[in-house]
Amino acid sequence: MSVVPAEVLPGGDLAVAETVPRAAAELGPRARLWPSLVAVYRAQLSRARVARIPLLFVATFQSVGIMVMMRGVVDTRAEAQSVVAGSSVVVVAYVALNLLAQYFGQLRASGGLDHYATLPVPPASVVLGAAAAYASFTVPGTLVTAVFGCVLFGLPLGNLWILAAVIPLAGAALSGLGAACGLLAPRPELATLLGQLGMSAALLLGVLPPDRMPGIIQFARDLLPSTYGVEAYARTFGAQPDWAVVLADLGVCAGVGVVSLAVAAWAYRRAAVR
Amino acid sequence: MCAVRGLTKTYAAVKGRRGAPGVPEVRATDGVELDVRRGEIFGLLGPNGAGKSTLVRQLTGLQRPDSGTVEILGHDIVRHPERAARLLAYLGQESSALDELTVSLAAETTGRLRGLDVRQARAERDAVIEELGLGPIAGRALKKLSGGQRRLACFAAALVGERPLLVLDEPTTGMDPVARRAVWAAVDRRRAEQGTTVVLVTHNVIEAETVLDRVAVLDQGRVIACDTPAGLKEQVAGEVRVELVWRERAPLDVPEVAVLRERAVETGRRWTLRLAPEEARAAVATVTGGAAFAALDDFTLATPSLEDVYLALGGAARQGLVKA
Repeated sequence: MSVVPAEVLPGGDLAVAETVPRAAAELGPRARLWPSLVAVYRAQLSRARVARIPLLFVATFQSVGIMVMMRGVVDTRAEAQSVVAGSSVVVVAYVALNLLAQYFGQLRASGGLDHYATLPVPPASVVLGAAAAYASFTVPGTLVTAVFGCVLFGLPLGNLWILAAVIPLAGAALSGLGAACGLLAPRPELATLLGQLGMSAALLLGVLPPDRMPGIIQFARDLLPSTYGVEAYARTFGAQPDWAVVLADLGVCAGVGVVSLAVAAWAYRRAAVR
Repeated sequence: MCAVRGLTKTYAAVKGRRGAPGVPEVRATDGVELDVRRGEIFGLLGPNGAGKSTLVRQLTGLQRPDSGTVEILGHDIVRHPERAARLLAYLGQESSALDELTVSLAAETTGRLRGLDVRQARAERDAVIEELGLGPIAGRALKKLSGGQRRLACFAAALVGERPLLVLDEPTTGMDPVARRAVWAAVDRRRAEQGTTVVLVTHNVIEAETVLDRVAVLDQGRVIACDTPAGLKEQVAGEVRVELVWRERAPLDVPEVAVLRERAVETGRRWTLRLAPEEARAAVATVTGGAAFAALDDFTLATPSLEDVYLALGGAARQGLVKA
């Protein structure tokens, strides 16, 4: 069916055995970090329309449901603060940790990573682009949960702007963990399981007021990066929040985020070339 | 432009567990040697499990061989697998990375990740969508398309951001004839204008005979022949393929038919025989007269295809190649 005889191709010397070794050909351009990160982010964000909106509803309803249930149990203002902050961050954990782990687990299992691995794109762009998109998916759900919670428990809405820092930083820490779980798990079912476990941990340890927990559970709570997002947010409900502690909490999220995203980028490279 | 020497990859044996039998060690590629010349459409033909996809994964830097070398346009791909992405475009069998994107965004994003800037990526996206006739479905998500359309969309993504080598793993699977023609026209255009080289994996013999300049026949991880389709067919030029289909069962009481049976490959009611021309004439005379004719449902005589070459070369899989 080919209509072009191999002998008449441009250059005249084509499709014949090459007797003289040529110099190595020039390589095609490399995709740079930021432009490809933006391209991956945009592509991932467009998936929200197709697949993610129903899941976002699930995430939001879940958190709203938790707060309604806790309404009858909570009696102090401090407890109310941690329930509202915890429920809001659970939305981030659900989407960034659980769903991202599932996404990368399935992508790896189905061979979809080959597509990215045969493009000259830095691993960090793929991981960060997807993580940033999943963190963005959480914004509406987190806002709705936070506002609903504040109204339900009679907390002030004045410092809600702190979510602009909590969502990206907790999002970075949790989505890095999610991506690493998804990429390292040998089977997609295990990736889903790890995502679910992480999400359950964030739910149980983040939403319940910490004062009533036994020591070991409190320790586990301190190990979970989402805790620092919850605490940073909960502190801003006070009349005079201690901004230095808030900043320190957010700093922990950022640090875990950097480390976990670096691990995820490494896991991506490992998964892509087997 | 692409030289493969002594490429070997062994998959380790898997121990049997309860309920799942063990799998012995498998040599997916076994000392493969190939030379692909610039500007040619080079085919890898073989049944499922022959090692085609493993070979392609090693060519594209996705998998490290146990031993051997792959050199593409002067670059050592085994030592520098990351360079493969800057030399070639790869169309794999899976589309899951692009499934939820629209056709147009899949092509644009792939172009961006191949190092194009936004303006170039959009211009190339529009050109490819126009060229392959994807305009009417450009705004639809890949997973909402039929298998053939989705394949064509992935092919479009592979073409955005020009590369001197295209590695296509069964590109036309599930496509209708119009889409197939669009694929081969696009390949030919790039070959004529830019001297693009194509490495094509297929198990479709008709496609192999019509589009390929040269073909390597793979069987159990080894290259058992490598030549032009016509050159390969010359190896079995002295033979004719006779296919007999019986109504219910073969009339083995006819002595001539009983003799033919020894040389036939039986698939249900179908017998496939490779015979010398005079033997074929005698066989046809036998089955079209007398008692045998009453039992005959259909028969065909054909010149040998690449499938016959594969079988004559000792290919292990008897029915592995597709003839449509």
